Amino acid sequence: MFLSWPFFMSKLRSDDSAAVTNRTMEIVVSATLLVIGLVVAWDSWRLGARWAEDGPESGYFPFYVGMIIAVSGGTILWQALRGMTPNGRGTFVERGQLRLVLSVLVPAIVYVIAIQAFGIYLASAVYIAGFMAWLGHYSWLKSVTLGVATSAAVFMLFEVWFQVSLFKGSLYNPLAVFGY
Amino acid sequence: MEEINALLHGFSVALTPVNLGLMFVGVTLGIIIGVLPGLGGANGIAILLPLTFTMQPTSAIIMLSCIYWGALFGGAITSVLFNIPGEPWSVATTFDGYPMAQQGRAGEALTAAFTSSFVGALVAVVMITFLAPLVAKFALKFGPPEFFSVYFLTFCSFIGMGKGQAFKTLAAMMLGFALAAVGMDTVTGQLRLNFGWHELLRGFDFLVAVIGLFGIGEILLSMEEGLSFSGNNAKINFKVVVETWRKLPRYWMTSIRSCVIGCWMGITPGGATPASFMSYGVAKRLSPQGSKFGTGQLEGVIAPETAAHAAGTSALLPMLALGIPGSPTAAVLLGGLLIWGLQPGPLLFIEKKDFVWGLIASMYLGNLAGLIIVLTCVPLFAAILRIPFSIIAPIIVVICAIGAFTVHNAMLDIWFMMMFGVMGYVFKKLDYPMAPMVLALVLGDRAEDSFRQSMLISQGSMDVFFSNGLVGTIMGLSLMLLFWPLISKLMALCGRRG
Amino acid sequence: MNIKALLRASFAAVANLSVLVVPVTAGAAAWEPTKPVEFVIPAGTGGGADQMARLIQGIVAKHNLMKQSLVPVNKSGGAGAEGFLAAKEAKGDPHKIIITLSNLFTTPLATGVPFNWRDMTPVSMLALDQFVLWVNAEAPYKTAKEYIEAVKKAGPNKMKMGGTGSRQEDQIITVSLEKATGIKFIYLPFKGGGDVAVQLVGKHIDSTVNNPIEAVAQWRAGALRPLCVFDDTRMPYKTKVTDKQSWNDIPTCGEAGVPTDYVMLRGIFMPGGVTAEQVAFYVDLMKKVRETPDWKKFMEDGAFNQTFMSGKEFAAWIEKNEALHRDLMKEAGFLAKP
Repeated sequence: MFLSWPFFMSKLRSDDSAAVTNRTMEIVVSATLLVIGLVVAWDSWRLGARWAEDGPESGYFPFYVGMIIAVSGGTILWQALRGMTPNGRGTFVERGQLRLVLSVLVPAIVYVIAIQAFGIYLASAVYIAGFMAWLGHYSWLKSVTLGVATSAAVFMLFEVWFQVSLFKGSLYNPLAVFGY
Repeated sequence: MEEINALLHGFSVALTPVNLGLMFVGVTLGIIIGVLPGLGGANGIAILLPLTFTMQPTSAIIMLSCIYWGALFGGAITSVLFNIPGEPWSVATTFDGYPMAQQGRAGEALTAAFTSSFVGALVAVVMITFLAPLVAKFALKFGPPEFFSVYFLTFCSFIGMGKGQAFKTLAAMMLGFALAAVGMDTVTGQLRLNFGWHELLRGFDFLVAVIGLFGIGEILLSMEEGLSFSGNNAKINFKVVVETWRKLPRYWMTSIRSCVIGCWMGITPGGATPASFMSYGVAKRLSPQGSKFGTGQLEGVIAPETAAHAAGTSALLPMLALGIPGSPTAAVLLGGLLIWGLQPGPLLFIEKKDFVWGLIASMYLGNLAGLIIVLTCVPLFAAILRIPFSIIAPIIVVICAIGAFTVHNAMLDIWFMMMFGVMGYVFKKLDYPMAPMVLALVLGDRAEDSFRQSMLISQGSMDVFFSNGLVGTIMGLSLMLLFWPLISKLMALCGRRG
Repeated sequence: MNIKALLRASFAAVANLSVLVVPVTAGAAAWEPTKPVEFVIPAGTGGGADQMARLIQGIVAKHNLMKQSLVPVNKSGGAGAEGFLAAKEAKGDPHKIIITLSNLFTTPLATGVPFNWRDMTPVSMLALDQFVLWVNAEAPYKTAKEYIEAVKKAGPNKMKMGGTGSRQEDQIITVSLEKATGIKFIYLPFKGGGDVAVQLVGKHIDSTVNNPIEAVAQWRAGALRPLCVFDDTRMPYKTKVTDKQSWNDIPTCGEAGVPTDYVMLRGIFMPGGVTAEQVAFYVDLMKKVRETPDWKKFMEDGAFNQTFMSGKEFAAWIEKNEALHRDLMKEAGFLAKP
């Protein structure tokens, strides 16, 4: 079991060809910034972005903030398209690395979907147990025990002790039976 | 030496066995609250408030203020260990604290953080003891233009520090401002950047962004390296505390500077968060090791922690003396005072001497109790890094999700946290600086509000920012900091000619 | 006695008991919360609504008025719209109550957020909060009239009135005052009432319309001076607050020649679609809260108008005030653009 983690790592990392280059990523991010900037500026303009008699209107600052984002994003985009990005041909992420990152990111996103559906407690227990068992190759017994224990500890701490009500799930609340 | 007598009397009020016990309970609870992002000091105090009605007001406020101390100490722990700021004012602590932990120096970073927190708070308490009335008067001098100048100074002390590409810094900072603008505009009451989506009414909370950018982003980054969190070779014995203490006196200048910044921002009430950023920025500029900041410098931990604690402590003063809370936690404490029939305000110091001096004495004691507790736990905290990655990583994600949720009790914030997590990962890899963005997100709307209030006062004239000595000085100082690179170049040029 | 007799006897006993028990169980069956009740505060920490909600939480806990606890949650986004929308969404949830202030009316009108008080169930009015015209104690004006004259003399957009938020109660009063007297202030919005009072003490603004509780500490310390209360009758509290004056000594603005009055609702609502029994529980709870000495002291400290209403009477009051707010805000040009 203790050997499995490094083994798993070496298996996943074996592929070191570039999945995405810096340049591509640079283009994606700067284009997104350009769009965000324009949207911000547009909405602020709608709200009123002039300097009225008694100082700036609601949209004044956000308008210029949006414009600066758009201009900065546009400039970075232009540089990237012209191939002026420093180390642009360098690797943003290797295939193996990407697979590793996704192996954490995808379960995390699934976890958030599960929270949305069944609330924090059930989702967290399953997530911790699943992560340990699949990625950490711990025995199911250990994984489930720790997952449930963590979730129970969180429940006691927040729901019972601090009386902070955490999200119970919009689809089905498994704790409804206990009156929570 | 009227104050000393009063303080000694205060100690006699505070130093009962029951009160001492409550102090330790409060501090321990506060540390738990500080460690968990999302549970703020305000939560703990609000929930314990009803329990305290059976106690003497003095005992109750001692326990509650000790939660406050504990939370101030606790915020540093997750910042150093996992790059997750437990409280807003520990963001700046991550900049150097986390790299230190990665180098296996977690114990050292934690000791430095705790000790400088203690020093900062102590200085602030001494100031409260002896200068309370004077300081309260100073706080009254702050109107909208003065507030703006303080925020401006914070930005200027931070701008121009990064060595990254100028456009990326600019884009990141402006993105922070744009995020801060989402929600309601205080000055006109209009909704901004909502696009008719009511979930966006509350805006983007700083903590949600930070938990995502730093916490989730860091997990993704360390996953890429394919190893456990680096730094699991941290020393976990008590010797590290003593060794670190030996190094600390070297940074006395940073310490003093940070205390001054912290006390000042706490009173104004700029608050602990801007204080920690400003202090970090100033330390980076003025320290001989400034260029190495961000790579795990002890000084980079000392500066923000000292200032945050000094500010957090002195924020209690305007609350007691003027009835304005300097932080949300102080606001809840204020509510507590009212329920016990104590009216915070100028007369509290005259009418309820026992209470006020008991509280001030408990500040000394609570702070000391806090330091003792956290220092003895340093090895324990450092040992957390030895837990295998595949166990600790999902637990961190769970804690992050809970933290993001509790800020506003909003499920959507968990989604935003994930979004910020991916953003943090991509931004870090493409060298978009995160610090200016976070700073803009914290201070953006406050700076804008005070700017526009100032404009209303002056009916659109900029002269208001130079209308009196105080605001003029701060603005002048800010401009000097802003153009410092230019000025220093000019000076070098003149020097060569001369 | 044989077994049959014993059985019969016990049956009779049970029957007798059940006769006795029926009314009692009916009483116990009256609805009661079965889990902690969320107490939504559509305002930030430290403000008037927040203080009142946390006081109620304290009183309920201290006097054991409810088996479950009351947990305050601040949802202040968008001038309280966040809190109101949460209450609207929680249709039929009896474990949620919300404290309201004037933003119940002003927020939907000013922002266009789709929300109306009819989306919720009115429980009871707790009190009405007063507004007082305050100036710095070092200012030369002794009466409201003198102050208004001075503002007139200074000309429009010269004197500064501070208040909480924008297009909310403080600004509505300011506009009403302007309309009634033909003057024009610069209205400066701040985040909270405490900030406003301190700004006045620091002389960064010329006057405020703070609630009594927000400014009382500064008044007692001799830093502020009340000129008049925006109501048609004086406040009833005759205990001296400062050396010389009680709340009752403050003239009404009408008496001072400035005919403006405005009071603010402090009330409790539940989400829509709850049963009458559930509403009755909270009406009863609030009645009990009002009877405690802690509440009475708070009312006196903050010079509240202690009107209590519930049921139809309360709903009628709300309806009337909604119309009033719509008129006031329409006149002031505060309605959201469609």
